[in-house]
Amino acid sequence: MAKRRVTFTFPPELITEPVIHNLGQQFKVVTNIRRADVTEDRGWVVLELDGDDRDIDEGIAWVTSKGVRVDPVGGDVVEG
Amino acid sequence: MSYATALRCRECGREYPQEPINVCEVCFGPLEVAYDYESIARDLSRDKIAAAPASMWRYKELLPVSGEVIDIGTGFTPLTKADNLGRELGLRQLYLKNDCLNPTYSFKDRVVSVAATKAKEFGFSAIACTSTGNLAGSVAAHAARAGLKAYIFIPADLEQGKILGAAIYNPTLIAVNGNYDEVNRLCNELADKYPWGFVNINIRPYYAEGSKTLGYEVAEQLGWRAPDHAVVPVASGALLVKIWKGLNELSMLGLIGPVSTRMHATQAAGCAPVVEAFRAGTHIIRPVKPNTIAKSLAIGNPADGYYALKTIGESGGAASAATDAEIVAGIKLLAESEGIFAETAGGVVVSGLRHLVAEGAIKRDELVVAFITGCGLKTLEAVADSVVSPPIIQPTLASFEQMYGERAL
Repeated sequence: MAKRRVTFTFPPELITEPVIHNLGQQFKVVTNIRRADVTEDRGWVVLELDGDDRDIDEGIAWVTSKGVRVDPVGGDVVEG
Repeated sequence: MSYATALRCRECGREYPQEPINVCEVCFGPLEVAYDYESIARDLSRDKIAAAPASMWRYKELLPVSGEVIDIGTGFTPLTKADNLGRELGLRQLYLKNDCLNPTYSFKDRVVSVAATKAKEFGFSAIACTSTGNLAGSVAAHAARAGLKAYIFIPADLEQGKILGAAIYNPTLIAVNGNYDEVNRLCNELADKYPWGFVNINIRPYYAEGSKTLGYEVAEQLGWRAPDHAVVPVASGALLVKIWKGLNELSMLGLIGPVSTRMHATQAAGCAPVVEAFRAGTHIIRPVKPNTIAKSLAIGNPADGYYALKTIGESGGAASAATDAEIVAGIKLLAESEGIFAETAGGVVVSGLRHLVAEGAIKRDELVVAFITGCGLKTLEAVADSVVSPPIIQPTLASFEQMYGERAL
């Protein structure tokens, strides 16, 4: 089992879709939301994903294919 | 002796011991160093600072280290009154904080000096980073000085000049063949697995504190006062936040008066998530895919973007972006007017400042400090096509005069 801390950034068209609920339903991934800021047209959610590495990777690939941006919680670490 | 007392979550306020960690275990918020300001106020004075060596470490009481520091000669860089550039931009009191003059030619030496010192305190035998330029050179240089190993990850397509700027210090350099997001993910995984001081991951709370010294130095060099405006290049956003923190710490300690500095962010138009959020009136950053010649600012998902936006808002500042053509024009204007050859981030600051003046965010008689964070020799390719090649003459007076004639008199 693995845990991964990520930030989901939602585009306006996905704000009303239960993406995180569906992620938990469709993949063997437990989602644990820690912080969020969501308005009617934009938002981000910081959460922990708990599951097998493969399930987490597949879940992230699915979320990404929906149009959600997925990043590590610390933001970009590649610096100039 | 250190005056730092704990790491504190910026979101929920939970405190943690000073360890190599950067994220709150409960809310995953970023951690920041907390200090015993009462003791610092008792022990620190203008006279004590003025008597200390002219380096960033003259403010050691305000940095989170306890032992011998890893110093390659960083800081107390010149604050130059820029009358020629000021005339061009319509400003009567413009100053340039010239951090081109650090040992590896960028402000990164400030943050890495603290990070390397802290890594050694924690007992790490290696420090690491992922970089497209300035950070790589600084980490490699500090590791050499400290006797630490250095693991430096660079993009596989990085220019030879930038590889040389780090390779000369003989670190372990690893070129990664992947896109930006893949490299980011790899580095987070490496930081989880290997016992390294990854300067901007597990050492990040300490590392970022080094940027406060820019605020301290500017205030001291202005005769112990804060400027009316600070114009700062924004990549991760930490630099802008920490300059503001530094100025406010000095005020809280009674070393300067109240701070009314307006903090302004400048970014490249091809990577401007902070500027775009500012214009949209939100603190929510929409990550972008960078596409700009200003590689040192090309962070599409800035770790401190939210806090930079909060700081801009609290201070009454603004934000502006410069196109690649404006960046080159800014580099040239700075060089031709003040004799300072800056890298692309400097071009962003100069052109961004021009926009801020034009928009009325900065007035003619106000005291402005523009932060020039890196040397132009690092990004020669950005201006190579826009400077004139020299004409060739024969080694005779006649040949010279044929070309220039009376124009040279």
